[in-house]
Amino acid sequence: MQSPLAKVLGHGSAQQGTGHWWGQRLTAIALVPLTLWFAVAIMGSMPQGNWHDLSAWVAEPVHAILLILLVLTMVQHSNLGLQVVVEDYVHGATVVVVLIAVKFAHVALAVAGVYAVIVISVGAGR
Amino acid sequence: MAQFRLPPNSRLQKGRFFEAPAGAKQIRRFEVYRYDPDTGENPRVDHYDVALDQCGPMVLDGLIKIKNEVDPTLTFRRSCREGICGSCAMNIDGLNTLACTLAIDDIKGPVKVYPLPHMEVIKDLVPDLTHFYAQYASIKPWLQTRTPAPPDRERLQSRAEQELINSPSACILCACCSTSCPSYWWNSDRYLGPAALLAAYRWLVDSRDEASGERLDALEDSFRLYRCHTIMNCTNSCPKDLNPARAIAEIKKTLAVRRM
Repeated sequence: MQSPLAKVLGHGSAQQGTGHWWGQRLTAIALVPLTLWFAVAIMGSMPQGNWHDLSAWVAEPVHAILLILLVLTMVQHSNLGLQVVVEDYVHGATVVVVLIAVKFAHVALAVAGVYAVIVISVGAGR
Repeated sequence: MAQFRLPPNSRLQKGRFFEAPAGAKQIRRFEVYRYDPDTGENPRVDHYDVALDQCGPMVLDGLIKIKNEVDPTLTFRRSCREGICGSCAMNIDGLNTLACTLAIDDIKGPVKVYPLPHMEVIKDLVPDLTHFYAQYASIKPWLQTRTPAPPDRERLQSRAEQELINSPSACILCACCSTSCPSYWWNSDRYLGPAALLAAYRWLVDSRDEASGERLDALEDSFRLYRCHTIMNCTNSCPKDLNPARAIAEIKKTLAVRRM
């Protein structure tokens, strides 16, 4: 029995969305140099096929820092993007469950990525 | 989940076929979506062969000819027949546009006419625009001020200020843009859609308006505004050559700048 206008106005504006939008663009800008660097590194300076040399390469402070930045930026960009996809296509009660799953998965991915870079760096000398 | 198939009672069936009168020249087939809520039957596509040598040049002329001479039950909205009222917006040849400004000759093959996509159909080519109009009303499409108007004259604008609102205020609310937007299809319950957002933009850039802050507050919402994913079907389909996509981008930029 709600009026059409009452349906549109709903619970009002959530006063958020701009932070998400800006975050997605910031991470996109950051990913341009980071992925370029990573691609060039894979094709060039990064040693291939040898664990010892590779971990020594990762242990270089500049490489380790850039790799951690790449992991975190990529995970955050994917987190923001996937959230939008879920909000677009999943409706009803399921959306809450899926949004929680997406968030948890991305935090886990970020932690795993950073952990991997640290372990490879620290284990370089072994 | 979003529905990717039409509900069973909306699936199209083969319709009837109406031949052109004997001796007709320049025959063009019209394939027209038909739905009659009174019969309870599924929608169907009726085929009409129209003699173009006895018909006006626009798609709307063809529909009027069918209604007048062949099938008076065919239902559609029309009024001005010159692209200013927005009544005859429909999906023709796969694109939302006005039947009165699209020439039959500009279409190759049969003229396929459907109602605006993803709207409740009232009958045949008439969609229910109640929600669409309520969304327009929700953005408060009128001048809001606290400063009283000068007692002896209008609120003045510079020429440059007027030019900012020239294009967005030329919107005729035909709903071609909003109903071409996939994001609006999936989430029109909460996403305002390009038409309402273009109108919001028109008041945001109006130099006489004093409610920009409140207007931006009302738009700052992950659904109302940010369901726009710059797909740009809106700008592509606008029969008035307006640019809702750019207006939405400007609103997003304004919101981002105001919090820096």
